[in-house]
Amino acid sequence: MTTRIVDLRKGILEKNDLLAQGLRAQFADADVHVSNWVSSPGSGKTALLETLLTTAIARGVAAAALVGDCATDNDAKRLERSGAPVRQIVTESMCHLESDMIATYLEGWDLDALDLLVIENVGNLVCPTAYDLGEGTRVALLSVTEGEDKPAKYPQLFNSADVVVITKTDIAGAVEWDRDAAIAAIRAVNPGAPIVETSARTGDGVLDLLDLLLASTPITPSPQLQEAP
Amino acid sequence: MHELSVAHAVVSTVVDALPTPDTRVLQVRLRVGELSGLVPQALEFAYDVAAQGTPLEDAALVIERSPVIIDCPSCGHQELSSTHDFRCPVCAQPCGNVVGGKELEIVDITLDELVTTP
Repeated sequence: MTTRIVDLRKGILEKNDLLAQGLRAQFADADVHVSNWVSSPGSGKTALLETLLTTAIARGVAAAALVGDCATDNDAKRLERSGAPVRQIVTESMCHLESDMIATYLEGWDLDALDLLVIENVGNLVCPTAYDLGEGTRVALLSVTEGEDKPAKYPQLFNSADVVVITKTDIAGAVEWDRDAAIAAIRAVNPGAPIVETSARTGDGVLDLLDLLLASTPITPSPQLQEAP
Repeated sequence: MHELSVAHAVVSTVVDALPTPDTRVLQVRLRVGELSGLVPQALEFAYDVAAQGTPLEDAALVIERSPVIIDCPSCGHQELSSTHDFRCPVCAQPCGNVVGGKELEIVDITLDELVTTP
């Protein structure tokens, strides 16, 4: 038997990553600030996004959203109330969004007319970590009802975030939220990311988050592509 | 549980790299970083499913884990022993600058060039 070892040195998700890089270039050309929101189900992504989009539209920011869920267009219907264009990506039980879905669902939208695009990922703290969607800012959300040590339990995701958002702060007292412990847990896995404390109900922190998303476009190419010559 | 889609990506990438479509693959070696979000055991299980009926059907899957690598601005230390404490293990400086550990890579494949699949 003759065997031969062939060096491949190929990123497993190279197809996704290359497409994401193309999207990132398109977003930069169109000067649109794109964020990818990732959290566990029920952490309040959609409620916060609804408030954020409403605030953005009221301030004259051309905002739009893509929302991913395994089934139903419930979230898109909710978000449309903000007046922003919204499209629902139904993943048919797939646990995360991939860059080809973003490319498909953006078809027909004039990116040049947008200032802000929010991609709400499928609620999942594991799988979305590995998939670059071409975003400028990855936002990880943590609600006060989830437990302060969530970042320690899902370090990969919280480490990959450019911004960490705490949600539902209006009920922090009722659930005995230990703010210092939560911030320490976030800092242990992600020492540098800005932390924004928000409440979709009261609007606290929403303007701060909006300003942060509009101000920053950190470019974070995937590790495989960084290593490429 | 995205290991199945990752396993399918491994299989299709390897099949695309074969010199002939009927080349039999004996081994596939992956590098999977501690920060990649992939569980090796789940990937092994998914790989067995994804490889069925392909030239990789009998190929062994070897998964090498790569550690989290930081670039400590204070002391220059590089390797973290933990994925949930991003303080330098030597000088305790918080280090957000991750330079390695997110790898998801096919390192190499071992081919049997004489035997072809039926």
